[in-house]
Amino acid sequence: MNGSSSTRKSEQVALLVTCLSDLFRPQIAHAAVELIEKFGYRVDVPKQTCCGQPAYNAGEEGKTRILAESMISLFEPYRYVIAPSGSCAATIKEHYPGLFHEGSSRHGQCMRLVEKTHELSGFLVDVVKADLEQKKSSFDDGPLRIAYHDSCSGLRELGIRSQPRKLLKDRLGIDISEMSNSEVCCGFGGMFCVKYPEISTSMVDSKIDGIEDAEAEVLLGGDLGCLMNIAGRLRRLGSKTRVYHYAEFLTDSGPGPAIGYRK
Amino acid sequence: MQVTSKNFRTKAAEALLDEDLRAAMGRAEGGFVDTRKRAIDELANFQEYREFARNTKNHVLAHLDGYLTQFENNVMASGGQVHWASNGEEVNRIVLDICRRPGISKIAKGKSMVSEEFALNAGLEAAGLEVVETDLGEYIIQLAEETPSHIIAPAVHKTKQAVTDLFEEHHSQAGYPRVVERLDIVSQARQVLRDHFCTADVGITGGNFLIADTGSIALITNEGNGDLTANLPDIHVVVTSIEKVIPNMQALGGFLRLLGRSATGQIMSVYTTLFNGPRRIDDLDGPREFHVVLVDNGRSEILGSQFQDILRCIKCGACMNHCPVYTSIGGHAYGWVYPGPMGSVLTPLMVGQKNAPDLPYACTLNGRCKTVCPVMIPLPELLREHRNNLVEMGEAKSMQKWGMRLWYQVARKPALYSMMAGLYVLKLNMFARLISAFRRGSFQYIPLLGAWTSTRDFPVPQTTTFQTQWKKRRCHD
Repeated sequence: MNGSSSTRKSEQVALLVTCLSDLFRPQIAHAAVELIEKFGYRVDVPKQTCCGQPAYNAGEEGKTRILAESMISLFEPYRYVIAPSGSCAATIKEHYPGLFHEGSSRHGQCMRLVEKTHELSGFLVDVVKADLEQKKSSFDDGPLRIAYHDSCSGLRELGIRSQPRKLLKDRLGIDISEMSNSEVCCGFGGMFCVKYPEISTSMVDSKIDGIEDAEAEVLLGGDLGCLMNIAGRLRRLGSKTRVYHYAEFLTDSGPGPAIGYRK
Repeated sequence: MQVTSKNFRTKAAEALLDEDLRAAMGRAEGGFVDTRKRAIDELANFQEYREFARNTKNHVLAHLDGYLTQFENNVMASGGQVHWASNGEEVNRIVLDICRRPGISKIAKGKSMVSEEFALNAGLEAAGLEVVETDLGEYIIQLAEETPSHIIAPAVHKTKQAVTDLFEEHHSQAGYPRVVERLDIVSQARQVLRDHFCTADVGITGGNFLIADTGSIALITNEGNGDLTANLPDIHVVVTSIEKVIPNMQALGGFLRLLGRSATGQIMSVYTTLFNGPRRIDDLDGPREFHVVLVDNGRSEILGSQFQDILRCIKCGACMNHCPVYTSIGGHAYGWVYPGPMGSVLTPLMVGQKNAPDLPYACTLNGRCKTVCPVMIPLPELLREHRNNLVEMGEAKSMQKWGMRLWYQVARKPALYSMMAGLYVLKLNMFARLISAFRRGSFQYIPLLGAWTSTRDFPVPQTTTFQTQWKKRRCHD
């Protein structure tokens, strides 16, 4: 698949599984491992819990700091730390540094983690500069209309926008049917969606208007929280549009059942 | 203005069911967002202007006392009077003192959000004065006896039909016909207001920028009502707040490039006027008295605090136009003068966190507001600061507190986490089989998760977590 795999063998990559993928959609983490391994990296999954994002957004900086400290130690030995989620990667990259005093040794350690942490598509496109080999599309009935939801943290905190689109184009020849509101929040927002369910539902309905306007049969995105929110609402409304993490589409075997479906 | 932010949830839920409101907000959002984008795209060095504006405001805030004193001296040098008001009561008293003399009965008022903070109109009316709002949006909500729902488009929540009905109700006695078309509505408002301008004894306006080295007030409007309000009556009173001072005209140029574009997508708003003192001896017109009321009302307490960045705000409204929460529920649910992201930061500071407990949380931290703010206020970070403070004060809701504690105790111990996570997905999977959600692949109801499942399905998990599956795979390798 690529010529430099042997030189990368020594560079160990740790997968930051993310809680939601660990609990509700292991397929995403499996897909991430497959994609990273394609480029000759050894992937390891050290026993982990959570990056602390829920605590951080709830205003619990003390608790976040303690969780951050264990993540910093956990990932110390690795060359890269890759997350199939923009918001988890952004928690580390954008928000961990503010938790520690600048100049302290913890802060120094933290900055090393910040440097080597990447969102999956950002890693593949910007760091590995991956050329994913074109795969014959597994969709026999002609190409699907696919829309892409740009999750807020990945988009605004990490600049993830073109990377997943490039991977999908290179690998599957997919051109995204763009939604006019692809960059507007879907209403998930972590605790927000259960604290203010009515507002959250109104927001996800606006997102679904965009999906329908784009006549998308499939919606892809890079953050499982958003995807569960959108998929759950689509399913409840009886829509036929299926939702997946983009990584699931890039694997050799292609995606299995969509989020919230058994087949 | 009365604070009703405590009722945020109820009012938001009501707003979501208000079809007229949703229609009006939907149209407004599209318009504001698209026109702003076009105007910003034309300005090649938008980012440089933003940085200039941020730095200028930061500099002024660091030397606020000096700039305000300079401004005061220059207003006085041009014949104006400056009044300092530390709170709303003082403003109302100062303005009443100016207005309470023989022959004064009618006040024309230009749009001023600052004056909404302490219900200036109500105070003046209680003293027997007639107050007429002259900004079209403000006039509409004055007739409707409502409060503004947006800082630059106060009647954005009103449909055209609602305005037609309001005008008929209030204008028909004076012989005005029912008007349905947009232009006819505007034209009728213009006729009605023209009479008020000509007969008003005092004009009250706000001020967008206070220019320290000339003592000028910059007032920016689209309707020209500010100029008529300021120039036709004999007395002009500017009610404005202390953080609006900027050093000089050069700085004003930078801010003007940002304000119109950010607010309405205009390169410039239609009227940009600089007021300097009262009419001079050889001037043909203008007010005979010129008063500036400099309002603090809590701002000096924000100065120097972790929230100081919010004082850079130039009240353009871009953050709310781009906020998916605001555009879903409109401005009234926020319960005070300033809605949307900047309001959710400012309101708890000005009315007390206990009186606005929901506002810091009613945000998904999606960050769109921050990317459009012309003065680069880190709005999501400031909302998170509020949350930090609420947690420190022990004000976080107990359900949240206990949920968070439990989650944290599990998340800090990998072995416990692994066990609990495994148990959780297994139980959910078993529950799915029990209630036949399994074949569907998703739950339509989960105990304790009704807030999610009342409107959304939730996926049925596999029987094991990824980390368990990974461990097995490693054993097999």
